[in-house]
Formats: sequence, structure tokens, C-alpha cells
Amino acid sequence: MKASIAAAGTLVLSSATRPFDVLLMASDPPPEEGPWWGIAIDITKCIGCGLCARGCKVENDVPEEPFYFRTWVEQYTVLNNGEVKIESPNGGIDGFKHSVPEEEIFKTFFVPKMCNQCSKSPCTQVCPVGATFESPDGVALVDEKYCIGCGYCVQACPYGCRYFHPEKKVADKCTLCYHRLKKGLDPACMEVCPTKARIYGNLRDRDSEIVNFLREHDYQVLKPHLNTGSKLYYNGLSAEIS
Amino acid sequence: MPAQINRILLLFIVFIGLFLVVRHFLVPETFGQYGHYRGASLDDISSREMVFADKEDCYACHDDILEKLKNEMHAGLSCLICHGPGGAHVEDPQLGNIAKESGREFCGRCHDINPARPIDVVFQVDIVSHHTEKKNCIECHNPHTLWEGME
Repeated sequence: MKASIAAAGTLVLSSATRPFDVLLMASDPPPEEGPWWGIAIDITKCIGCGLCARGCKVENDVPEEPFYFRTWVEQYTVLNNGEVKIESPNGGIDGFKHSVPEEEIFKTFFVPKMCNQCSKSPCTQVCPVGATFESPDGVALVDEKYCIGCGYCVQACPYGCRYFHPEKKVADKCTLCYHRLKKGLDPACMEVCPTKARIYGNLRDRDSEIVNFLREHDYQVLKPHLNTGSKLYYNGLSAEIS
Repeated sequence: MPAQINRILLLFIVFIGLFLVVRHFLVPETFGQYGHYRGASLDDISSREMVFADKEDCYACHDDILEKLKNEMHAGLSCLICHGPGGAHVEDPQLGNIAKESGREFCGRCHDINPARPIDVVFQVDIVSHHTEKKNCIECHNPHTLWEGME
């Protein structure tokens, strides 16, 4: 009896010492030091080979069927009559074949898409259990062991960058290849990009490749009016792209 | 204090105590370490297995090819683009366990003529009509030395 009271007392005490404040916070402030990862994609360099989308699936065990993507490539074709045609056959994994006769094309280009790694991410704010979060270095991640699979975050992402993993029964998304990043290696999609159309880097480091890229290009983010704090910067983002 | 208040107070204390005990078991150990999530999940995610090799591992053995490629148009391309993930080959280097992708379909991913493909970024040909007497691009173009033996 005495022992059980003592045990209960210890339990209560140790529970009370666990931080309560963190349970009330909607999102975490950016850290004061360490890397702060961002991504830059140069649309004028993308040749639509689709190797990024293919490499991503291989690296990250993403189901092979279409519509499960962490990254994919879209082809935008603006026709002479002003109509915009957006194609992404199997996410661009098998490459692209031109489908519109050349004389009808006003302009056309490829747009690689991936998680925007937002700093005010809508997806992490709606998680009811704290299974998805922004890491201290600014990468939005999913805790597979803690996710209950409600799918709120999949709906909340305005960029459609999350999907529901059919086997693991949890939400899944681009981790910026966090397991490679931590070893100092490039994410799989950037490793296999032949034109270096996508780069990533530390936004806090004023000398990093990405900061120099932002300095030298007229960059823009997707859906800036949503104020998601997107850290995916595009060069050559045409007005048709959403 | 009136007895009825005492009873309710006791009830409250019991419930709060119960809540704390239940909470102890439900809140994971590292929850709240960095923020509103399980701190240990950062380690879980960063310890996932890599499939694509580190390209520096390629150069450890194949520095001759790196040297050959220096002045080629394919200079700077990662080996893994055409040779696949290569993780197994780095573990156990054999001739058989590395991909060597080629052919009109694969080379055409980058080099097939396409109006959306910026002309200043990549050399393009029509893979359907270009030298139809040859089957595979690499019969003429060695990917490591593109114009060798050609006029």
C-alpha cells in the first residue's frame, strides 16, 4: 500500500514537471542559431526529365502508383488563344512528350513542385496531436509513430504537397531528404537533377549557394497571398503558375 | 469550510491526480523537447536508410572517369543520374549491380526535342528520327566522352 502511494506520488510529480506550455503553442518560433533550410528552383533551367520525381520515389519508399508524390513536375502550356493547359503524366516520372502542335503554343515550360517548407505552415498548425511539425532547422516533418492518420494536414496544404500513405496509414510528405541532409548530402531529387535547376541551402548563411541565388535572381514564391512563409523560391515564375 | 465543499474539493484533487497519472503515460518521453512534437522523431527521421549513394564514394574508385569527364558536356553531372541509386554497388562493388541506363527512351528524357525544354540548357535532337539505322544512342555517343571518334 505504502509503495503504491509512493509510486503514484512520483508519477504525479513527474507529470507535473513536464512542460505544459508546449502543449498550448500553435507553432514554434524560428530558432536563433543553426541552419535554416530553404529551397530554390530555377524554372528557366528545368528540362522536364522527371528524374527528380523518379529519384524521390526510390529514395523515400513512396508508393509507385500515380498520385502518391513528394515531388513531381508539371508542364504548363499557354496556347495562342490564352488557354492554359497543365499536364503532369505520372508526375513526370516517365518524362514528357509534347502533346500540343507547336504552332498552337504561345509558350510552354516545366514547373517542378515539392513541399514549400513553409515557416508559417498551414499543415503543421492543424495537426490535432503534434505529429507534424517544423523542425528547429525549418523542415516540416511527419512523426510516423505519432500520426493518427486523420488527414487534416493533407487538406490544409494549399500546394497539395502531402498525401496519405496507403500502407503506413499516415500522412507523408517531402522531408527535404532529412536523413541525407543530416549527413551533409544533397536530397535525392537535387542529386539527380542534371541541370541543377533545384538547389537548397542555409538561408541564414549570407554566403550560401541559395542566398547568392536569391541575390542574383528575381524570385517569387507560390501563392504569396496565403502568407504561408514559403521557403521555396522560384526563378522565372510565370503568372499562370499556381 | 463546509463539508460539502470539502467533498467536492477532494473529488477535484482526485480527478486532477488521475489526469496527471494518465498524462504521464500518454505523453511521450521527449514530447516538448524542442516544441509541440516528439523530439525523438527527429532522430527517427534522420536515421532512415539511404538508397542513393554518396557520389563521393563513386570517385573513390572511378576517379579516372571523373578526370575524363572534366572537359565534357556531361561534366558536373552526378553519376547517379544514369547509374541509378548505386547503394548496393558501393556496399559490394561488382560489375552486375550497377545500372547503366541508355537508349532513345532514357537519353530522350533530357535530349528529346521539346518546345518546353530551354534550348540553351540542353542539347536536343528528335529521338525518333535521329540516325534511325542505330538502335541505341551509345553506339555513337559514349556518355563519358561524347564526341570521341566523331567528326
